[in-house]
Amino acid sequence: MAGAAGPGTGPGAAGGDGDDSLYPIAVLIDELRNEDVQLRLNSIKKLSTIALALGVERTRTELLPFLTDTIYDEDEVLLALAEQLGNFTGLVGGPDFAHCLLPPLESLATVEETVVRDKAVESLRQISQEHTSVALEAHFVPLVKRLASGDWFTSRTSACGLFSVCYPRASSAVKAEIRQHFRSLCSDDTPMVRRAAASKLGEFAKVLELDSVKSEIVPLFTNLASDEQDSVRLLAVEACVSIAQLLSQDDLEALVMPTLRQAAEDKSWRVRYMVADKFSELQKAVGPKITLNDLIPAFQNLLKDCEAEVRAAAAHKVKELCENLPTEGRETIIMNQILPFIKELVSDTNQHVKSALASVIMGLSTILGKENTIEHLLPLFLAQLKDECPEVRLNIISNLDCVNEVIGIRQLSQSLLPAIVELAEDAKWRVRLAIIEYMPLLAGQLGVEFFDEKLNSLCMAWLVDHVYAIREAATNNLMKLVQKFGTEWAQNTIVPKVLVMANDPNYLHRMTTLFCINALSEACGQEITTKQMLPIVLKMAGDQVANVRFNVAKSLQKIGPILDTDALQEEVKPVLQKLGQDEDMDVKYFAQEAISVLALA
Amino acid sequence: MSSAPSTPPSVDKVDGFSRKSVRKARQKRSQSSSQFRSQGKPIELTPLPLLKDVPSSEQPELFLKKLQQCCVIFDFMDTLSDLKMKEYKRSTLNELVDYITISRGCLTEQTYPEVVRMVSCNIFRTLPPSDSNEFDPEEDEPTLEASWPHLQLVYEFFIRFLESQEFQPSIAKKYIDQKFVLQLLELFDSEDPRERDYLKTVLHRIYGKFLGLRAFIRKQINNIFLRFVYETEHFNGVAELLEILGSIINGFALPLKAEHKQFLVKVLIPLHTVRSLSLFHAQLAYCIVQFLEKDPSLTEPVIRGLMKFWPKTCSQKEVMFLGELEEILDVIEPSQFVKIQEPLFKQIAKCVSSPHFQVAERALYYWNNEYIMSLIEENSNVILPIMFSSLYRISKEHWNPAIVALVYNVLKAFMEMNSTMFDELTATYNEKKKEKEREELWKKLEDLELKRGLRRDGIIPT
Repeated sequence: MAGAAGPGTGPGAAGGDGDDSLYPIAVLIDELRNEDVQLRLNSIKKLSTIALALGVERTRTELLPFLTDTIYDEDEVLLALAEQLGNFTGLVGGPDFAHCLLPPLESLATVEETVVRDKAVESLRQISQEHTSVALEAHFVPLVKRLASGDWFTSRTSACGLFSVCYPRASSAVKAEIRQHFRSLCSDDTPMVRRAAASKLGEFAKVLELDSVKSEIVPLFTNLASDEQDSVRLLAVEACVSIAQLLSQDDLEALVMPTLRQAAEDKSWRVRYMVADKFSELQKAVGPKITLNDLIPAFQNLLKDCEAEVRAAAAHKVKELCENLPTEGRETIIMNQILPFIKELVSDTNQHVKSALASVIMGLSTILGKENTIEHLLPLFLAQLKDECPEVRLNIISNLDCVNEVIGIRQLSQSLLPAIVELAEDAKWRVRLAIIEYMPLLAGQLGVEFFDEKLNSLCMAWLVDHVYAIREAATNNLMKLVQKFGTEWAQNTIVPKVLVMANDPNYLHRMTTLFCINALSEACGQEITTKQMLPIVLKMAGDQVANVRFNVAKSLQKIGPILDTDALQEEVKPVLQKLGQDEDMDVKYFAQEAISVLALA
Repeated sequence: MSSAPSTPPSVDKVDGFSRKSVRKARQKRSQSSSQFRSQGKPIELTPLPLLKDVPSSEQPELFLKKLQQCCVIFDFMDTLSDLKMKEYKRSTLNELVDYITISRGCLTEQTYPEVVRMVSCNIFRTLPPSDSNEFDPEEDEPTLEASWPHLQLVYEFFIRFLESQEFQPSIAKKYIDQKFVLQLLELFDSEDPRERDYLKTVLHRIYGKFLGLRAFIRKQINNIFLRFVYETEHFNGVAELLEILGSIINGFALPLKAEHKQFLVKVLIPLHTVRSLSLFHAQLAYCIVQFLEKDPSLTEPVIRGLMKFWPKTCSQKEVMFLGELEEILDVIEPSQFVKIQEPLFKQIAKCVSSPHFQVAERALYYWNNEYIMSLIEENSNVILPIMFSSLYRISKEHWNPAIVALVYNVLKAFMEMNSTMFDELTATYNEKKKEKEREELWKKLEDLELKRGLRRDGIIPT
């Protein structure tokens, strides 16, 4: 360990168990320089142990300088180090010494790799809270200033995240300096730094005095929102939400709205997308009056934007926007100013737009009430249920519960059925899977009669799907249906059909019978299990396919606890014993397992 | 079961598991454009006479008028609108291209702002969002620019303008300024490779003719790369920009400025970390080698940088790194080689023992390179001990017979180079020992922690 300053080599300042305890520590420190990254990483992760062993003083005077000096490593190690140091205050002697942690974190905050830098900033933010006010001004603020005026862009981007944590506790002279530094970063000539500043603008505005917000933050906001790079402009939209919350309506109108209006019509779709994406937050931040005057027209434009991306983002917000409108006059606004645009989107050329709309549109029915839903929304739902894109149909079906509450599902059932049938046979198994998962919900809403008539056969068809995941989901589906409709229903409609499959020539289908029995036995109870299911399972013990036989053993283990002792001893036991002598290893194994679990030995 | 609506889904309804590229191949090439879209109003341009049909005294005036007409943008996503006018603009652009190439004295001072305005109107636009959510340049077909029939001619015209013998940078610099360049650079993100190709030529000409913009261009390319590496990992024109940089680096004066060295270490080297490295690796490696040929003293930081970013899981990238390293070694000076041979060969030893045979094979090919062999031979006393245990182990354990054969050759070469040392190493070969030592130390440490933990909890009194 040639260059490793003292910590390991220096003999025992520590107490009673001197060398004995410090030797492994020396090793740990030595491992910090091992050429294998994994070993260095292990060592860094044990850094708190090292510090604990060294005691607070030696940690401050030896370990930290050592770490500060040797920071040139793989980013993975640096990341671990940055994280560790955030929780180190106790190990260096508490808040009075928290500033000792600043030098290594300062170097880490200048590293190129974003993940490391972000973690270092996070740790610095954490530690800043542990500083006393005096220490904050003496140590932390100077660090922020150094970073803010660093040569390479990395230190300046890191600085952006630190202003807001030290500002509230600084004296007014220092506050002015901090603001000055932030200002200059907002007009930095590297876009990376301007992006970092723009993304922290909102957070910084929140800790500033209102006057400063108006006189300093607003001009910065305006500048960033008209930056030459769209990647900067779009971040200003985010800041807009925070800034708007701080200002009065009049100030808002005069200082922020011109910029926001401009952003909603920005020539870059990314900026417009951001406006659409943040729409609900913006709506809440500017309040009802400006929403009506400005945001609704802007929203209409976003809904018919020339880029599908923007339209989709706006479509996603339709429901939230409507929900957040003031109750008074809401219906009229939606009917006159929103609905016409929604109608257009139902037949949009882009499937993402349609699917985004389909995922929220059902929510409008609760807002608009029964009559409007039947007259205006229902035709849209019906059109969407016939959409060529399965995702649109799925999104409608998966939100049926909203409509059910308002108008009942019957209104839809005639159109629903063809849509469900088509999805149930979609060529993509993921689509089939998705529709299966809504079956219990649909069954509940449509009622047992409708279900038996129209959907039962679908549920049975899935049991013989050629994809295992579908057969598995279909099995679970049956269990949920039985829970919903009761054992009598199961006995009459499901169980016979399942048991017939035990004679299917395809062994996969025979196994499905077993899987169904596993899933259904508990819900069906002892009588059905013993009288109807058990005989079939036992019969299948003689199947020629080993996979079926060992699944018989597994099934017996599963349904055993439901059966009474007589059936277990007289029927199950002999069969399992026979399977225990099977020529196939797996069959033997599972039979023996069942015997021991059911205590039949 | 009898009431089932149909037989179980038939087998030919196959699930969509085919490779992405196979699926994509069937699709038609997609087109997109973010060009301004007119709101349905038909565009009317008054046809002007041909330049060659008017007396030469009237040509300058007419030339300006035509430039102005070409500022009108058409919607190419709507394939049916304005067909006649689209054709008119196309033929006008064609005429302008010919005119600027052939005519003498056509570049008067008034034409400069109009040319730049026409070019700006046409080419500067926000690029459309990528068609597929996760555009993968290696797998997906690029989305082509729909307005290409006009755009191509505009680029063609602009290049002829820049290359014209009458072109005067001193006048043009008023219009082709930093803002212009910035917008031009953003266009390199275009998915359309034809457009990026034209942009490459345009930027190259501008860099060549506007000395005042050079530093700015380099800095902005820096920013694009840094954003690419550390923020988005997405930029379509990296290869094209690197290609331009390759020739820029070639022209750097010696000694290299600090700015240029910083560019190498802080921008070019980190570019190796990007996932899509394969798309621009050749150009990147070329730039790196250009730097090293200029200033061999940069070899050490470059190689250390490559070691730092050496791929951990991606074998395909590892092979690329090894290729680049060989290019570097081809031009390395022996004095530089000595400085980095240890970390370098520790890495090569790891590659040679990679279970991925392409990685191992690529590394072992170094021994076919005569120059590298001569360097190894000169320094065999350092390199042999580093390489020995890996080679020895692979010769016994590697699953791939071709690798084992290659390793035997390498071992044989070492034996011939330095037989004394080779024998010594064979005699003392024991890799288990070190591992065991380390294990024991860790165990001691765990005991200690346990003890301390117990003591903290007050179970064992201090």
